[in-house]
Amino acid sequence: MDPLAERIDRRDVLLVDGAMGTMLMDSGLEPGQCPESLNLSQPERLKHIAEVYLAAGADILETNTFGASPLKLSPYGLERETEAINLAAVNAVREVAGSRAYVAASCGPSGKLPTPYGDTEPDDIYRSFLRQMQCLVGAGVDAILVETMIDLSEACLAVRAAKEACPEIPVIASLTFDATPRGFYTIMGVSIEQAARELCGVGACAVGSNCGSGIESMVAIAEAFRKCTDLPLIIQSNAGLPDTSGGALVYDETAEYMAAKIPVLLDAGASILGGCCGTTPTHIRAYRATIDAATAVQ
Amino acid sequence: MDTLSDLADGVVNGDESKVSALTAQAIDTEGSAKRILDDGLIRGMTIVGERFKAHEIFLPDVLMAAKAMYVGLGLLRPLLIEENVDSLAKVVVGSVQGDLHDIGKNLVGIMLKGAGFEVIDLGNDVSPSRFVEAAKEHDASVIGLSALLTTTMPVMKSVVDEVRSQGLGDRVKTIVGGAPVSEDFARKIGADAYGFDAANAVDKVKTLVGKN
Repeated sequence: MDPLAERIDRRDVLLVDGAMGTMLMDSGLEPGQCPESLNLSQPERLKHIAEVYLAAGADILETNTFGASPLKLSPYGLERETEAINLAAVNAVREVAGSRAYVAASCGPSGKLPTPYGDTEPDDIYRSFLRQMQCLVGAGVDAILVETMIDLSEACLAVRAAKEACPEIPVIASLTFDATPRGFYTIMGVSIEQAARELCGVGACAVGSNCGSGIESMVAIAEAFRKCTDLPLIIQSNAGLPDTSGGALVYDETAEYMAAKIPVLLDAGASILGGCCGTTPTHIRAYRATIDAATAVQ
Repeated sequence: MDTLSDLADGVVNGDESKVSALTAQAIDTEGSAKRILDDGLIRGMTIVGERFKAHEIFLPDVLMAAKAMYVGLGLLRPLLIEENVDSLAKVVVGSVQGDLHDIGKNLVGIMLKGAGFEVIDLGNDVSPSRFVEAAKEHDASVIGLSALLTTTMPVMKSVVDEVRSQGLGDRVKTIVGGAPVSEDFARKIGADAYGFDAANAVDKVKTLVGKN
């Protein structure tokens, strides 16, 4: 396999896996339990999830490290396990991926808001990310995927921390936007234009969006990103918004519905595609088929 | 602009030093702490709530406005007590057991305070018994429950059931909210109300306590 950074740069279409959280719940994650604690107690579950997504056709497998920064682990009393939790997550996925797929480390928000509007010093958030990034880079991931960010300053801290841990590592940065009457903004008020500019400035090799409402919005988000940046774009849509009306949680966008939008996303300029909340191996398999068909035509 | 409009403006702009100075000035000139609260601080937070709802401003602006409001409220509090000004009602809020997410809950707390309620914030990961004990201890009229995780939503039902089983259903009302929560879910678990966002939660709480 060519290095992931090269493939991202030349806009190869790359398929990332689907949701992790719902898969962990299916395999027994208890309500209120720290999702990353499973990395230590039941790494075989992580391997199983990676195997399922690899079999579905994913090129890039994500690690279960979304909340594995020490700041995010500390409410669970797991801060001291930061190194072990991150290492175990990477090892589990790497063992499955071998040289058949790339391993990207997921890195989500710290759970803290920076001053002046929040109560945490930006430097403390930076140092927390840096500690996690050093573990991930040391464990040998192919890329860092900073995702589900709503605060741009926090996203930039995470990208910078990854770059400090390893200047060569490709860092992909992805934010979660809401549709407003004035266009797409994160709840913290970050516009797509601002996100693209600042994330590029701190060294992200690809930018884009994950989570949020559903794939229809993601097409508009990809188009908006393309208007203000030449960087490769990542789009990882939810399978719609969760519907709880039946008591159980249901995401209503089917694999067929979402996969049918893939050519539109590719046309809009996205080259890294994957799934967020509610997407399943079935979604990723459908994405794979659509991507293969679309790229065969080219 | 008169002092109280100016004060409201200071809250809207999240200007702590302006709010501090104008609250002190108003205390000297206005006489009524209740009026400073209603026409200055609450008016400012009402504008903030409306602008946030209209996506004209975002969370950082709301948080800065809240910080400024708290500075003013801190100065006013002794006078409000002296004037025997009661809050609209007391509301206990928290994220339910197992849920460590608190941005939504904090926002509701801010908006409730900004509307003149007294808020007892229990934080996150709050057990059903802690909610009910706090409501009893503070003589609260409403318990506000927040969940971001679908896995923690069932705890909301436990709290509602606990309120009923302790025979408090008549004087302690429950309201639920959070990203995965719906009107339908609220009805199914027997909650008294559902707030679909922070501003809506304040409206619903006002209705629950008959202050709308």
